[in-house]
Amino acid sequence: MMSQDNQTSAISIKNLGLSFGKTEVLKGVNLDIKAGEFFSFLGPSGSGKSTLLRAISGFGPTPTGSIKIGGEEVIGLPAWQRNVGMVFQSYALWPHMSVRKNVAFGLEERKVPKTEIAGRVDEALDLVALKHLADRSPGQLSGGQQQRIALARTVVVKPRVLLLDEPLSNLDANLRVQMRRDILALQRSLDLTTIFVTHDQEEANTISDRMAVLDAGIIQQIGTPVALYDQPVNRFVASFLGTANIIKGKVSNGNFEAEHGFTLAVDSKDNAEKNLILRPQSLTLYPSPVENTKAYQLKGIIEYSEFLGDSVRYAVMVSGHSVLVDTSHHRGSDILQKGSAVWVSIPKDQILLLD
Amino acid sequence: MSTPAPSFLSRVNLGPKALAIFIALFLILFLAIPVAKVFIVAFQDASTGAFTLVNFLDFFNTSLFRESFWNSFYVAAVSVVLASIIALPLAYFTSRFNFAGTAIIQTLGIVPLIMPPFVGAVAMQLLFGSNGSVNLLLDEHLGFTIPFMEGLNGVIFVQSIHYFPFILINLSAALANIDRSMEESALSLGSSGMRLFRRIVFPLSMPGYVAGASIVFIKVFDDLGTPLLLNVNNMLAPQAYLRISSVGISDPMGYVISVILVLFSLFAMWIAFLAMRGKDYATTQKGGGGLMKRDLSPMEQVGAYALILFILFIVLSPHLALSLLSFGTIWSFSVLPDAYTVAHYQEVFSSAGDFIKNTLLYAGMAASIDVIIGTSIAYIVWRTNIKGRKLLDYLAMSALAVPGVVLGIGYLRTFYQYDTPFTDIPLANFWLIIVIALAIRRLPYALRSCVAALQQVSISLEEASESLGARKINTMKRVVIPLMMGGILAGFVTSFATAAVELSATIMLVSSEADAPIAYGIYVFMQSAAGRGPGAALGILAVIIVALGTYASNRIIQNSNRKNAMSPDQH
Repeated sequence: MMSQDNQTSAISIKNLGLSFGKTEVLKGVNLDIKAGEFFSFLGPSGSGKSTLLRAISGFGPTPTGSIKIGGEEVIGLPAWQRNVGMVFQSYALWPHMSVRKNVAFGLEERKVPKTEIAGRVDEALDLVALKHLADRSPGQLSGGQQQRIALARTVVVKPRVLLLDEPLSNLDANLRVQMRRDILALQRSLDLTTIFVTHDQEEANTISDRMAVLDAGIIQQIGTPVALYDQPVNRFVASFLGTANIIKGKVSNGNFEAEHGFTLAVDSKDNAEKNLILRPQSLTLYPSPVENTKAYQLKGIIEYSEFLGDSVRYAVMVSGHSVLVDTSHHRGSDILQKGSAVWVSIPKDQILLLD
Repeated sequence: MSTPAPSFLSRVNLGPKALAIFIALFLILFLAIPVAKVFIVAFQDASTGAFTLVNFLDFFNTSLFRESFWNSFYVAAVSVVLASIIALPLAYFTSRFNFAGTAIIQTLGIVPLIMPPFVGAVAMQLLFGSNGSVNLLLDEHLGFTIPFMEGLNGVIFVQSIHYFPFILINLSAALANIDRSMEESALSLGSSGMRLFRRIVFPLSMPGYVAGASIVFIKVFDDLGTPLLLNVNNMLAPQAYLRISSVGISDPMGYVISVILVLFSLFAMWIAFLAMRGKDYATTQKGGGGLMKRDLSPMEQVGAYALILFILFIVLSPHLALSLLSFGTIWSFSVLPDAYTVAHYQEVFSSAGDFIKNTLLYAGMAASIDVIIGTSIAYIVWRTNIKGRKLLDYLAMSALAVPGVVLGIGYLRTFYQYDTPFTDIPLANFWLIIVIALAIRRLPYALRSCVAALQQVSISLEEASESLGARKINTMKRVVIPLMMGGILAGFVTSFATAAVELSATIMLVSSEADAPIAYGIYVFMQSAAGRGPGAALGILAVIIVALGTYASNRIIQNSNRKNAMSPDQH
């Protein structure tokens, strides 16, 4: 087992800033990743997630602040002295070397004895179940196989941490699901601190112990996937993770007053502008008001519907606000027509107020 | 490891920095200083050394120089027109119609480039001259002759059939880059026929045409060998050569002419730059694929083939004439040589071995220097952040604007006063200086080839290597250079093949026949009627050397493209 002498390390980032020329790409990043943790950077393109990953691996402009891997400050260290394993989005397999040569490269650079290299390369290729392709050239491999070779090439040198830059984005949908399970299994078996960069929230949700959501070079929130989904700290996180109805309004005297619209009693003492956050799947539609002390009921008109297979998404006009409501779909159930009058039921415990 | 940054950075940049300084010194010594010297002398009073415009006044007050100036301009301009007349229909055929002749045209585009115009110039006189085969036939059957090769006509004729491929290649590339949807959207918006051509196709292909035309203009304007071999001396480059070689290196006229040659080169490059600026259409168009093609009707096919065969005959005529000359016994006032022999080749192999040996040595060394400097500059410019790295690129590329005659004159003037170390030969007469002149002249092409090769190496391939523990030098050795190898070799072969037949700088710098390369040998042989046969044989040898080089370079490029083709999408 390769994990025995793995020196898996925690990562600690303090007050990190980074600029491309005059453009600030990362601002005040603070982050602690535990040894052995599977951590994701999630954000839209241009959010700085890849730049942050590259700063950890030693590429790109020199940042300000501090990055410690296993307690050692790495800013100023060149990439080749960091012992950080990086898997590139494009896999970056060297086309002029065979698979075996690719995987052996890092060991050769570390002056590992030749006799030991062959064994360790075989072991790494076994780990990704591709030992039979050792003498092929990378150009002869499929995308998924190249991805596995890139992983083997990286873990064979026993890096302190494993960095994955959108590793699944070049694979087709089915392969992506299989690959992310395989990556997680590999990470668990090697007990290797791993950072996974993605713009795909499903990928991040399914694979991460914890994740950080980035936008505009700033970490918006850090937490487990469930915590981020259920307790977003701001509108960006709420809308980036899943779908959210965001209704502008203000709170006064324990009531939320939507802009030119309805009023709900809420559990808040603030008197301030607030946004009401409602997840579409938390809402229910009824043809007429239903007695329920645990939910509010607002009258609306169906604007349009989208049939998604497992569910139907309705846009309901409620006092001038278009509110999305998801209802699960079963064979034979009817789809409400545009213009129908409905009652939207809002469970009190699903109400979230954000600035 | 609390403050590793400063010491580490200085250590890493030392290598590339030292290399950059060394290359900069080389380029300054062998390009900037000689050219600057030429400019200074042109503006200097010959006896006092004071700044003066008198030399330029003298130049324009001498009727021979005025005539030479206009002749050079006229020849270059008319050559562009004639080359366009040959290239335009060919480019149009290949991009607009489906027919088998396309392959012929594409090959035909390379053929004239394999042989520089001066090599076939004399042979062309025997085919197209006033007593040449074609005019003898015309006179006999139709009772008139055409002065193809009379005076300037000859230069124009020879130059345009050699240089039209530059227009053909650039224009075809521009047409091929036009996204088919550009044409389709114009059609669906109601534009068609000539309007569509005028408003869409013409503007999109214009930059390619101008680029090609400006290359032709510069090449013809600067060329020394062709007018010299055709004995047309009232043009600028021959005048510069003759003044320096007969009056001496202190005569200011050679320098004035050099300045004018450089300014015109710069002017033509500037025009091309204006035409291309902001018009890199290829990158804004996604699909490419060229215009819609249609099939030709049988009658049109016949017409198209007739036209192409006619052009093919003209284009191949220098090679044909040179072959006939090299195998012919006596060829004078007759359509074909009287008899055929291999004696000229025997003579060449027995007496001209030095020419061949020197050519291989000089061109080989020059090409090696080019790819080493080219690879280094490419890496320094694209992969480091050394201050002023772009200047290195510009300096190397500026050799494009320096005609061979000018570089030769600059070398003579700059290096004549210094002796070669350990000898009493002036540095300007030392054979190595020819190698350096060839290297400087071909550097821009090798450099672009190396830059293209480097740009094909994705940065992530280098980062993967560094991330696995390889420091920069090892990454260079194990990843970057091997992946660039195809492009580097192609650059080597191109430099080698073109340096092998360079005449204009060489002719200024050769001091003894023992040091002369093949191009000079051809020139010397062609001076006498008796030497034409062996000269032609030597020309054929030169063509074979260049053709093999060109073929090798194409094979290398194709192989390396295939080998390095990554296909992450296939499953």
